[in-house]
Amino acid sequence: MSLTRMYGLFLRHFYLITRSFPRVLDLVYWPTIQITLWGFISNFFATHTTYYNNAVGVILTCAILYDFLFRTSIGFNMLFLEEIWSRNFTNLFIAPMKIGEILTSLVATALIRALIGLIPAVLLTSPLFGISILDLGIFLFFLFLSLYLFGITLGILVSAGLLRYGPSFENIAWSTMFLLAPFGCIYYPIEILPEVFQKIAYLLPLVYIFEEARNILINQTVDIQNIYYAFMWNGVYFVLSIVLFYYSFNVAKNKGTLINMGE
Amino acid sequence: MKNLVEVKNIKKNYGKNEAVKGISFNIKEDEILGLLGPNGSGKTTTIGMLLGLLKPTSGEILINGQKLEGNRIEILEQINFISPYIELPKKLTVKQNLTVYGKLYKINNINERIEFLSEKLRLEDLLNSITGELSSGQKNRVSLAKALINEPKVLLLDEPTASLDPEVGDFVRSFLEDYKKEKKISILLASHNMNEVTRLCKSILMMKDGIIIDEGNPKELINKHGRKNLEEVFLKLSRSKNELN
Repeated sequence: MSLTRMYGLFLRHFYLITRSFPRVLDLVYWPTIQITLWGFISNFFATHTTYYNNAVGVILTCAILYDFLFRTSIGFNMLFLEEIWSRNFTNLFIAPMKIGEILTSLVATALIRALIGLIPAVLLTSPLFGISILDLGIFLFFLFLSLYLFGITLGILVSAGLLRYGPSFENIAWSTMFLLAPFGCIYYPIEILPEVFQKIAYLLPLVYIFEEARNILINQTVDIQNIYYAFMWNGVYFVLSIVLFYYSFNVAKNKGTLINMGE
Repeated sequence: MKNLVEVKNIKKNYGKNEAVKGISFNIKEDEILGLLGPNGSGKTTTIGMLLGLLKPTSGEILINGQKLEGNRIEILEQINFISPYIELPKKLTVKQNLTVYGKLYKINNINERIEFLSEKLRLEDLLNSITGELSSGQKNRVSLAKALINEPKVLLLDEPTASLDPEVGDFVRSFLEDYKKEKKISILLASHNMNEVTRLCKSILMMKDGIIIDEGNPKELINKHGRKNLEEVFLKLSRSKNELN
């Protein structure tokens, strides 16, 4: 056993980590996010044991909704990452495609990918658990649309990061959804969050979407305002993500990231 | 002959590092221009700027009379690129890859074009093969087919025969010579294979440290520098920093 050789291999990975901010961030936030998310969930169930008594399946419904969001966002990122992994990225960006065309085709493909994953999950919940997500009625469409918009917005933001920082941004691509999960109030109402976190959560469309899903299932009422706020914030973030993507493309053209992306 | 590529005093800085320090050159139709230089001389940066992947810090590039700046899409329709450092999606078949790129370049008769290119590049038996399972030589010919799918007026080649065996290398060179002659296209060839450059190029640019340090046709350069072949000229110019200064 050679300590020098082992130290050499350690250095190989240590250098990689210290040269990339996204990699350092990746090491730090996974444990933080997991502890925060499950801390809030545990806290909620410890103090509100009867909250879900009259609405069996609320958690499962929220899990399906969250998974749709997750699949849409990761699906978009995967499409972008596939081009980097296969070293096809340069071919794509020297083809006469407008940025808008690239984004639109990825957005549509991400939807198809998400639906392929969603449909079996929806169909399985009924025979296995006696629960149907269709209980959300016509408003299910608006909730899904809102989640889809937010999913592709996150995808576009991550892709902008990949353009700007290169493949080292890949780890962020995998974890954006987990980063936002505690603020999304997927499995618990917003009141369970500390006040500072509530202020952040109200700036995200997720909290309105999941609050409304629980509201429909538990109270059998519809609060249009939640749906409106979800779409409003989605619109804001979607426009921001597009602007950021174009900005990142220009930065990449100046810095040379596009030409080195596959290497 | 008309200039299909006009490069006017382009510079590219990465922060304080000047990768390309103001170079100018033209490529005529039916011409192959060799771009030579040691690693880090600015060749890849120059190709990146010609492809619109890099924005020049200053200067101007015209392709077929059109400025690249502001006409990126129109110009990309007329050019294409091949490099051993970029690949086609490995899990798609050859035909699927060529069809995808045929669509991206909005080719009208994709099947006819694929048929034509597969015949010319000996790909008929490979069309249904998985691209990632092909040999280096086969992948190279597929990449060349992709690069010609849009019938480019300008073809940029970065080490087009790197890692190929002599037979496939010779086939690719002969193909490029014939194709250029037939279609009257302009080709920029960046290569470290001096025999290849001597065979294919009527004129050469020699780059070093971001500038063009010499240019001319291979024979002229060999005579001018009193060397036996282009490789010796390359070595002399690459190692000549102190002498030049």
